[in-house]
Amino acid sequence: MDKTQIVYTDNKDNKFWKFILNELKPKGKIFTLFNIISFPVMVLGIIIIYIRFRDGIGAVTNLNQEIPWGLWIGFDVVTGVAFAGGAYILVFMVNILNMKQYKPILRVTVLNGFLAYLFYSAALLLDLGRPLKVINVIIGNNFGVSSVLFLVGWHFLLYMLALLLEFSPAIAEWLNARKLRKVLTGISLGAVIFGITLSVLHQSGIGALYLMAVDKIHPLWYSNYLPLQFVVASVFAGISMVILEGSISHKVFSYQLEKDAHHQHNKILTGLSKICAGALFAYFSLMVIVFVHGKDWKYMNSGWGSWYLFEMIGFVILPMILFYFSYRHKNMILIRVAAVLTLLGVILNRMNISIIVYRWMDVERYVPTWQEFVVTFTIIFIEVWVFRWIITRMPVLRKSPEWVRGDH
Amino acid sequence: MIINRRNFFKAMGATAVALSIGKEASASAGEILQNDDELNGMLYDNTKCIACHGCEYDCAEAHGLEYPDIPENPPIRKTNEAQLTVVNTYETSKGPMHVKVQCMHCNQPACDAACLTQAMHKMEDGPVVWREDKCMGCRYCMISCPFDIPKFEYQSTNPRIMKCDLCYERQKEGEMPACAYNCPQEALLFGKRRDLIKEARKRIHEEPEKYIDYIYGEYEAGGTSWMYLSGAPFEELGFKTNIQKSSYPGLTKGFISSIAPVDILLPAALLGIYEATKSRTNHSTEEEE
Ligand code: SF4
Ligand code: SF4
Repeated sequence: MDKTQIVYTDNKDNKFWKFILNELKPKGKIFTLFNIISFPVMVLGIIIIYIRFRDGIGAVTNLNQEIPWGLWIGFDVVTGVAFAGGAYILVFMVNILNMKQYKPILRVTVLNGFLAYLFYSAALLLDLGRPLKVINVIIGNNFGVSSVLFLVGWHFLLYMLALLLEFSPAIAEWLNARKLRKVLTGISLGAVIFGITLSVLHQSGIGALYLMAVDKIHPLWYSNYLPLQFVVASVFAGISMVILEGSISHKVFSYQLEKDAHHQHNKILTGLSKICAGALFAYFSLMVIVFVHGKDWKYMNSGWGSWYLFEMIGFVILPMILFYFSYRHKNMILIRVAAVLTLLGVILNRMNISIIVYRWMDVERYVPTWQEFVVTFTIIFIEVWVFRWIITRMPVLRKSPEWVRGDH
Repeated sequence: MIINRRNFFKAMGATAVALSIGKEASASAGEILQNDDELNGMLYDNTKCIACHGCEYDCAEAHGLEYPDIPENPPIRKTNEAQLTVVNTYETSKGPMHVKVQCMHCNQPACDAACLTQAMHKMEDGPVVWREDKCMGCRYCMISCPFDIPKFEYQSTNPRIMKCDLCYERQKEGEMPACAYNCPQEALLFGKRRDLIKEARKRIHEEPEKYIDYIYGEYEAGGTSWMYLSGAPFEELGFKTNIQKSSYPGLTKGFISSIAPVDILLPAALLGIYEATKSRTNHSTEEEE
């Protein structure tokens, strides 16, 4: 009796590992355009990362004593987190507001958010001078509770956990783990609620990081409202990312979708563009209030003033109008244009605050090295590779397996 | 789960209030520690300084750094990761005048508030010190310091944050900072902040034509433990004169104090909305049937 028992479990384990091994093999074509471009970049990026750890941060970046945070923080973290905001917005809409029509894109958005956070943390570790000491913050032997960065870090970390939980039913479906799935879906409401809370706080926290840099950031960009401004921006940044990313994966992975998915997706897009227009309007109003309250007109007459207007008109007002217009006229192409404009605008604003208008009065400017760019792209490419690996294996875009519907 | 409408909106309102505190970030800034006056600090009097640069060497020696290489008639320099203090000479309306630059040891330091591991920390008796075993090298202290003091060893694989620590180690052994100890002109006066301010006022009062009637550091950034007396206007000497008079950590206080309420109230609000929308759809589907 005993013996057979053992053999049986062995067998099961074997099957499991065989399944995993099989899934690890690449699926689909290897020599696609994307692969041909991304692979060499990734190899180069990994070499640069190696040099960074061998010779120090100064060996591969242009960071200096005046500009301690450059592209890796300014783009990967400060901008990237806003782009990943789609996850909490959609989760809020579907799971809290009960807007079921957005459910088809929920899983893929949550997955995107989770991966984004995972890789941004990796970028963050690269940028830390003494990354091993991160443990001090986590095990709590030194809590700097009055530090914005400390609070952002913890909310960030916990949110990653919440996102993983929200996505976990898909993993369970992939592994055919029925019981596990039931447990996981059971705790998901908690994960949803805390996930949204954690998001609101770390999205605003990233803006709050710059509150003490009041003498360094150009007055047109700095205000006490930075935290609020950053949360509102995360709404349209996140949704625009969902629109753009959704449009791309609907093309690339179209074989995974059901017949009516396309029509449904268009409906989703128009709904989202309405929300984007609203969020952009809220943002614009906030900026106007902030301007009227505290900003000095004299700054408007300088080059910085024009740069500010360029950002506000070209990347806030224009996409706002485009989103509204395309929502009224159900114009799918215009929606995508507006989404791209919005994303560029968010990049512009966040790069402005973290790099371009940071220390605006200095003569010497920081320009990232090519190595910093390569590493940034490496991180994005690895993320896309992992995303693709998961999409082709787990029920993210395609329907869940039969047994799931039976379970409900 | 029973959440009636009224409670639910109450919770929402409270959350909104909590969020709006975040906006009023600087409202509570400027409060001063009770024991500020008891902090150890330094008073630098540039009418006494002759720019011998001796303190630069003494500082290097006290911190195990290499002696700086200072040219004749040096240009205006900044501190860096290998030189924690520099003495600069400016041509002013009162003739050439000198300024010693180093950490200001703020009473409420931005760097301390910024640091998420408390590696940067204001000690009870005044010095703001950096502690190697805690720091993770995030450089947020550099972003936050209004005087641009913390410097980072970019070329090292185990980089340190370098800045003046008011010779904390020497102070622990009952000695005064190396620069003050060695200054041949007694341009540096080490002591309790209260006594330093008194002394500075006395000097200004006794020789009003010699001094500018201002103690830099008495109120800057909410008060600093390192203070300056000058014979020429401060703006001619490279001082940051736009530094706010209230503390820098005060700028984030509002945000930080709104976190706990949001963490508690927002989930409650979300649960409320969840219940509300759930019953609404149940209702409507029933009606449809
Ligand atoms: S001057 Fe800068 S480094 Fe020195 S205590 Fe103040 S904030 Fe910290
Ligand atoms: S670099 Fe070190 S000392 Fe500075 S804030 Fe980060 S952990 Fe603290």
